[in-house]
Amino acid sequence: MGMTMTEKILARASGTPSVKPGDVAVVDVATAVLMDMTFLPESWREILKVHDPAKVVIVFDHLVPAPTAQAAAAHRTGRAFAAQFGVERLHDVGPDQGICHAVVADRAYALPGTVLVNGDSHTCAAGAFNCAARGVGGPDMLYAVTTGKAWFRVGETIRYDFTGRLPDGVSAKDIFLTIAGKYGAHVNQNVEYGGPGMASIGINGRRTLATMGTELSAEFVIFEADDALVEYVRERNTQPFEPAPPDPDAVYRDRRGIDLSTLEPLVALPDAVVNNSVPVSEVAGQKIDQAFIGSCANGTLDDLAAAAKVVAGRKVARGTRLIVTPGTQAIYRAALKAGYVETLLDAGAVVTPATCGACWGGHMGTLGPNETCITASTRNFKGRMGDPSARIFMASPATVAASALAGAIAHPGEFFRGDAA
Amino acid sequence: MSGNNMLAGRVWRFGDNINTDLMLPGPYLVRSEEDQAKAVFTTNRPEFLREMRRGDVIIGGFNYGMGSSRPAARSLRNCGVGFLLAETINGLFFRNSVNHGFKAFECPGVTQAFEEGDTAELSIEDWTATNRRTGQTLAVTPVPKMLLDMMLGGGILPVLEAQGLIAPRHAEVST
Repeated sequence: MGMTMTEKILARASGTPSVKPGDVAVVDVATAVLMDMTFLPESWREILKVHDPAKVVIVFDHLVPAPTAQAAAAHRTGRAFAAQFGVERLHDVGPDQGICHAVVADRAYALPGTVLVNGDSHTCAAGAFNCAARGVGGPDMLYAVTTGKAWFRVGETIRYDFTGRLPDGVSAKDIFLTIAGKYGAHVNQNVEYGGPGMASIGINGRRTLATMGTELSAEFVIFEADDALVEYVRERNTQPFEPAPPDPDAVYRDRRGIDLSTLEPLVALPDAVVNNSVPVSEVAGQKIDQAFIGSCANGTLDDLAAAAKVVAGRKVARGTRLIVTPGTQAIYRAALKAGYVETLLDAGAVVTPATCGACWGGHMGTLGPNETCITASTRNFKGRMGDPSARIFMASPATVAASALAGAIAHPGEFFRGDAA
Repeated sequence: MSGNNMLAGRVWRFGDNINTDLMLPGPYLVRSEEDQAKAVFTTNRPEFLREMRRGDVIIGGFNYGMGSSRPAARSLRNCGVGFLLAETINGLFFRNSVNHGFKAFECPGVTQAFEEGDTAELSIEDWTATNRRTGQTLAVTPVPKMLLDMMLGGGILPVLEAQGLIAPRHAEVST
């Protein structure tokens, strides 16, 4: 019986010929990513032995630059841990820092065909790299770092096949909102993406779509590896790797086609990501206080380019805040060189350093009582970005930027007419 | 495992998509484990912690525990919840249940079969859940032995401690 990509990677990493739904796979972890929350004084459990420091990555991202003394203490613990065990891949506040999933992407730490774990829930972001990556809990991270292992229940797989290409002004976030709106949660299931239309989505768009798989409650979210992906990884990581394509006779719980050319910009209404998408026209005119573009889902260079394209030569509406957070400091520098940062600043946006801050309601853009926000980030749960009475709509960076200009939710179409996608 | 495989408790019913933030609110992420256990369901059901007794049971709907990697299962264990039965359990919440030694099982049909205040009986040997009031018995989805042993044995941390891989919880930590 053939295997899906997820099954193939888990079988390979557990040294068995095959795994199937219902099995528990105990696998070798190729990459274990620790983020700064792990080192908070209240939650840190001192690690006495590290299985292999070369497989560990440490990224400070939720609490940067340190907003509190407690956060600063966590960073000190993380630095001391890296020094004690010789973990060289430490992404401290400075030029190499960023949101952990974006750093993993920038550096191609997630190798195709391997397993990656991270204590942050949006870890399936690395599935864009044909990597079996899953957000796990604190104890899983201790287990992985000290033993090099992780366990997974093998679930059934839903396969999505893309055809066509996206219309102008429609982006990967809209693909996600389409799937989340139509098919809802994928609890205990894997999501796999491929098909002839996949190439047109691009690596950054795949990252958005893979990251948002967390909101589908999927186990693993994995894209097929194409030539563009293999080239991307080879340019950034010298380690050998072997992509894991699905077998032609792989068994899926369901197989669904998505014609990209038929999609339109969507918005998720407040309080839930799945089963909650509507066309922009249904909520157009809804007044907003804040517009946010960033996070592990929408802080890529393509996202900043889309935002800059929409606001170029225009002004953010009076009384509305547009906050933009690049995914990494490297992306920030690239956006600066490309002129996007200047365009955004000229329009009246605030461009923050790379941090998870606003997305989880930590800092750098938290919401006050009864405020309304439209966000291109990961979650719109009640209270997610600050006060529980705030309302959070979710959309693509282009829709969020268009809304910032209008001071109310707006369709981005007019800014893209006549473009090539 | 004997003595541990038959459990019973009073039922608290919850709906679908109960998220981690309700069990462990964001502001408590930077607080102690003990403080976190005092925040369970404080925003959606403030009477829960006041009125619950040790061993009480949570009956949940679909995708119980959706959301973040935060140790919400640990808070349920620490505040004294006996076990959870839900239609489906979010994968990340289930991992944290296994790893923190909180008993959490999938039981299709469970939300229809139990009313608030009923007594639920769970047999981890027969993989059944019974409503003592109605006598109705449902099948519980078995958890693979390796994971069940970890769940019933108090989670993964005692194992790592015993192997000398991590320090005991209250060890002095240099910051």
